[in-house]
Amino acid sequence: MGVSRRGFLKRTVAVLAATGLTGRGTEELAAAEPPDVPPWMKAPGAGFNAYGVPSRHESKVTRTFGRSQPGTTGSGAIRTPLEALEGAITPSGLHFERSHSGVPDIDPDAHRLLIHGMVKRPLIFTIEALLRYPMVSRVHFLECSGNSQLLYQPAPPSVTAGQTHGLVSGSDWTGVPLRRLLEEAGIDGGAEWILAEGADAAAMSRSIPMAKAMDDAFLALFQNGERLRPENGYPLRLFLPGWEGNMSVKWLRRLKVVPAPIMTKDETSRYTDLQRDGKSLMFTYPMEVKSVITHPSHGMTLKGAGLYQISGLAWSGNGTIKKVEITTDGGKTWRTAALTAPVLPRALTRFRLPWRWDGGATVLKSRAIDDAGNVQPEREKFIAEHGTNAVFHYNAIAAWSVAPNGEVKHVYA
Amino acid sequence: MSTRDLAWGVMVLAALGCARATRVEAPDLATTVETPDLGKPATAAQIAGWDISVGPDGVGLPPGSGTATKGAAVYEQKCQACHGAKGVGQPNDRLVGGQGTLASTAPVRTIGSYWPYATTVFDYVRRSMPYIQPQSLTNDEVYAVTAYLLNLNGIIGENDEINARTLPKVKMPNQDNFIRMYPARGR
Repeated sequence: MGVSRRGFLKRTVAVLAATGLTGRGTEELAAAEPPDVPPWMKAPGAGFNAYGVPSRHESKVTRTFGRSQPGTTGSGAIRTPLEALEGAITPSGLHFERSHSGVPDIDPDAHRLLIHGMVKRPLIFTIEALLRYPMVSRVHFLECSGNSQLLYQPAPPSVTAGQTHGLVSGSDWTGVPLRRLLEEAGIDGGAEWILAEGADAAAMSRSIPMAKAMDDAFLALFQNGERLRPENGYPLRLFLPGWEGNMSVKWLRRLKVVPAPIMTKDETSRYTDLQRDGKSLMFTYPMEVKSVITHPSHGMTLKGAGLYQISGLAWSGNGTIKKVEITTDGGKTWRTAALTAPVLPRALTRFRLPWRWDGGATVLKSRAIDDAGNVQPEREKFIAEHGTNAVFHYNAIAAWSVAPNGEVKHVYA
Repeated sequence: MSTRDLAWGVMVLAALGCARATRVEAPDLATTVETPDLGKPATAAQIAGWDISVGPDGVGLPPGSGTATKGAAVYEQKCQACHGAKGVGQPNDRLVGGQGTLASTAPVRTIGSYWPYATTVFDYVRRSMPYIQPQSLTNDEVYAVTAYLLNLNGIIGENDEINARTLPKVKMPNQDNFIRMYPARGR
């Protein structure tokens, strides 16, 4: 190979340091740089894989910040590592998870959907039957309304963008418009709500307004082209575009048409937003306009002054992202970022902006505006209005400081 | 103009319409198409086995009853390991107290201080609790535990009977402090 022992070791150490990998054979890393031909070109590669998985070199890119109720393993949430991803579609295996009593192992042949209550014909559907219905495909974000709740804290949490904002993900969902099934069952007069219930051990349930059910709600069977992942509701979930994720009930087994909200635990004791005066906002359904810069973001280190691309995500449950503005000087000036097409309603929208860093200390922020005219608020204004106790529906602007040594940190600014 | 020409013209117009309609929200949800109608009629017995939701008007509450005194024994056996003696919390949610704290910087949200409807306690305990054995309590046990939790919060007396008739009449202390944001106003 014409590689000296000293050169071999030096290069191996450098490559290991760069990738952060340890505990693997170093031989193959020895000769990847020109003029040497890399070893993976000198022997055939691996065979076919029945179900592909990411490169082993990406093993650190995982869901992050999993938190469960004490004594449980599946009552809580785990987040999408937003800072490690690009584009606007979240890989299904990295879509955030929020469950209330773990992920049930449901046999699709044994699963049933019951529609009853104020209907002319109570009906039971099998999954096989639902797969025969006319379907729609929609690219939408799903956001837990508890996303970014750490930012209600008085001090900025020192965690990554995924850990603060990763209870949002974006997918291409396919399923049956809920309206079709309701029309088949025949809705009685005075029926204004629908109780939706999951087949998990919590029998998690929410009341859904009839107007949303008859508008754009659908029963999702597919996510990013394949059947739903178990943790996202396999074999069937409700999907309510733009509304707080908890309402898109997973493992859907029952829809009861009713005259008024059932006032379930998750629309009274949870998913209500306690304000500073002690009153609580209830039925806060659409997820407000929001954005976050994913690159650069907390925990990254810029390698010297020069040109960088700022990249991030924006979304609004009230419509389509119209504009994202970015400041690279702590709010003195704002520039408009490029939005990556297609810019879709109630979907993650990737924005990008070139930025030449002069090497000095500064603060980066993004501000999203939707086509309904909603503007993402500064944190100070948001907290002044809502206080720090609301837990849910935090959508204020996030700020990352950049230090002269290149370190990027989460700050309130 | 032949029928065929007319049909062609209609198709062209339709195509133009489609082209113009790109990125309109959910156009195919609004169009009427036939549906396969593959639902099977559900019987009353089938519905009864699954219909466990209870509204604030009490609709859905089953026969049975309980008192706080009876509920204490159920609680100690089935709930206390996660929610502490007399609902003080730890390792999981605190269920008792906190009244008067909601406007402070350290609000304590419990059944007594926060939950707007007493029927929710019954609905939630029956469907989801105990965490490791949901839907295992009898209706009498759920009524009794509900009564116990309401009593610990000072809302009912220890011998007040809780049943399908009395539970919807229990007025929770924080009920009037919820502002409904739907329908109408956004934030």
